[in-house]
Amino acid sequence: MVWPGAGGGYVADSRITEPVSGPIAGLSVAVNQTGPIPLAAEFVCQPGELLALVGPSGSGKTTLLRTIAGLYRPQGGRVECAGEVWFDAERKHSLSPQRRQVGIVFQDYALFPHLTASQNIQLPLRHLPQPQRREQAEQWLAKVRLDGLGKRYPNALSGGQRQRVALARALARDPKVLLLDEPFSAVDQVTRRRLQRELALLRQQIEIPIVLVTHDLEEAAALADQICVLHNGVSLQQDAPDVLFRRPLSPLVARLLDRHNLFEGVVVDEEGKRRLRWGENYLEVAEGLDNLTLGETVTWYLPPSDIVLHRRGRPSHGERENPVVATVSELVVLGGITSVSLSVNHGDMLRFDIATHAARRNQLTSGAVVKVSLLAAGIYLLPGHQIRADAHDKRK
Amino acid sequence: MDWSALSVSLRLAAFTCLILLPIAIWLGRSLAYARFRGKGLCEALIALPLVLPPTVLGFYLLLSFGRDAPVGSFWAAMTGSGLNFTFTGILLASLIANLPFAVQPIQRAFEHVPHNLREAAWCSGLSPWQTLLRIELPLVWPGIMSAAALTFAHTLGEFGVILMVGGAIDGETRTLAIAIYDRVQAFDEQGAAQMSALLLLVSFITLGLVYGLAGRRRWVRG
Repeated sequence: MVWPGAGGGYVADSRITEPVSGPIAGLSVAVNQTGPIPLAAEFVCQPGELLALVGPSGSGKTTLLRTIAGLYRPQGGRVECAGEVWFDAERKHSLSPQRRQVGIVFQDYALFPHLTASQNIQLPLRHLPQPQRREQAEQWLAKVRLDGLGKRYPNALSGGQRQRVALARALARDPKVLLLDEPFSAVDQVTRRRLQRELALLRQQIEIPIVLVTHDLEEAAALADQICVLHNGVSLQQDAPDVLFRRPLSPLVARLLDRHNLFEGVVVDEEGKRRLRWGENYLEVAEGLDNLTLGETVTWYLPPSDIVLHRRGRPSHGERENPVVATVSELVVLGGITSVSLSVNHGDMLRFDIATHAARRNQLTSGAVVKVSLLAAGIYLLPGHQIRADAHDKRK
Repeated sequence: MDWSALSVSLRLAAFTCLILLPIAIWLGRSLAYARFRGKGLCEALIALPLVLPPTVLGFYLLLSFGRDAPVGSFWAAMTGSGLNFTFTGILLASLIANLPFAVQPIQRAFEHVPHNLREAAWCSGLSPWQTLLRIELPLVWPGIMSAAALTFAHTLGEFGVILMVGGAIDGETRTLAIAIYDRVQAFDEQGAAQMSALLLLVSFITLGLVYGLAGRRRWVRG
C-alpha cells in the first residue's frame, strides 16, 4: 500500500514500526499465549529453506503450522511472510486463510473426495479461465509424476499418489510459504523414502520458505536446512541439523533429539592446565573450559561420532586424546549398525554406534574391557544446566 | 376419488420440503459444527415431534395458533387472518412436525465431513460461501436427499397433527390421509381403497426418485 502524493513515499504502514533490519523476505513467526494450549515459540525460515519443527506429540507443532495458515489465532504474537504482516495480535490484525496464500499439505491430505485429482488441483486456480486452469493442472500432475491419473477420484489413488495430489494442489496456489504437516506419516516405509526424495528434488525448483512438521528426527535431519525443537509449546532451539546434534543448548534439547552421553564433570587445574574431571579421568576440552571457575560442576555432552574406539593392536587416529578405559555392558546389533554401551568405572554410560563388521573385527563382546578416545573438540559444555533437572521423561 | 385432497396433500408436502430444507441445512450444519452450552437441549427440542403422539403435538399447536395465544395473535396482527383451520396453519404445523426428519439426516451428514476439508478449501482461496456450495453441499448431498424424502413422505402420511390443527375443510386442509379416513367413516370402502393405492404409489415414486438421485455418486467415500 503506497500512499500516492504523500511526499516522501510512505511505505505500507505495517513497516513503520519495523525494527531497523526491515521486513524479512522469508517467514518469521513469534507466538505466545498462556492457554488453552500454552505457546512460547519463535522461528524464522528463509526463502528456499526447509525448516523442520520437531518435538514429541503435544508439543504444539501442528498448532504453530495452523497459526501460520491462519486456521488458528493465538492470543499473542506476530506472523510475517514475504514482507507482509499476516498476523499481529497487538494491533488485532489477522489476515484470513484465503488472503494469506499458503500452500498446505494436511496429515491426511484432505483431498476433496467428490472432485477428481485434476479438479482438486484446479480448485485454487479459479481466477484463471477454464482451459488454462485445466492445462495448469495437467502440468502440475506431470510435475508430481501423476500424468494420466487426473480423472481419478482420490479413493482410486494410492496413499503416495494422494500425497502428491495434495502437494500439487498446495503448490498450484503459487503460495508464499509451503506448509507440510507430517506429510509422510500415512504411507509405508518404501513410499516414504521415495516421497522424501521427491520433496528434496522439488525443493530445488521452489524459492519459498517450507515448514515441515514431523516427529521423525531422521526425516528432519535428512530434509531440513534448519530444525526448530519444540517442547510443550516452547521453542527451545533453532539451528542447522549438524549444529543442533553437536551443540544442543540444554540437556532437554539433547534428550528430545534422542542424544545420550550427557554427563557431569568438575573443572579442575592439572599442572597449570584446565581439565574436566570425570570420574578418574581428566579430560582435555577444546573450548569453553577457561571461562568457568575452578571447582565448578558442569554438565557436558559428547556426540557419539566423537567417541573413537581404539583398535586392537593398531594405533588409530586421535588415540592420544582423552583415552578412557571402559567395559562393554551392552551390544545391540541393528542390521549393519551396532549400538554399543560402555560402562565407565564410576558408573556413567557412554553410548555410540559402530558398523557391525567393525564391532566383530574388534571382538567386542559383553564384558570386554576396551579403550576409547573422547575427542576434545567434540566435548560440549552446558554451563548452568543441571543434567537431571528435567529428566523425568528421559527415554521419550 | 377426491382430487382436491390429493392436491392439498401434494402442495403441503412440496411447500414443507421447499421451506424446511434450507432451514434444516442451516440448523443441521450449525448443530454439527458448533459446540455450545445447551446444544443437547436444542437437539432434544428438535427431536421432540418424533416421540410425541401427533395428537399431543397437534393439540399444543391448536392452542398456540388460537387468536388469544402469542403465535396466533401475532399472525392475526400481521396478516389479519387466523391460523387454525387454514392451509397456512397446517403448513406451519407440518414444518414443526417434520423438523426432526429434515434436520437429523443433514446434521449427521455434516458431522461426517472431515473438518480439515473446509480448512483445505479456505487455504485454496475459497470463501466460506464458496466452500459451502462447492465442497460441503456436494458432500452432504445424500443427507439432504434423504431429509427431503423423509419430509415429503412423512407429510403425505401425516394425519393426527393436520386433523387437530386443520380439521377437514375441503380444498383447504383436507389432505388425502384425512379424506381416506372420512371415506372409511362413511362406509365408502372403494373410495378409500382407490385413494390408499394412490397415496402408496405417490409415496413410492417420490422415495424412489429421491433415493435414486442421492445414490448416483461417482465417488464413494473410502
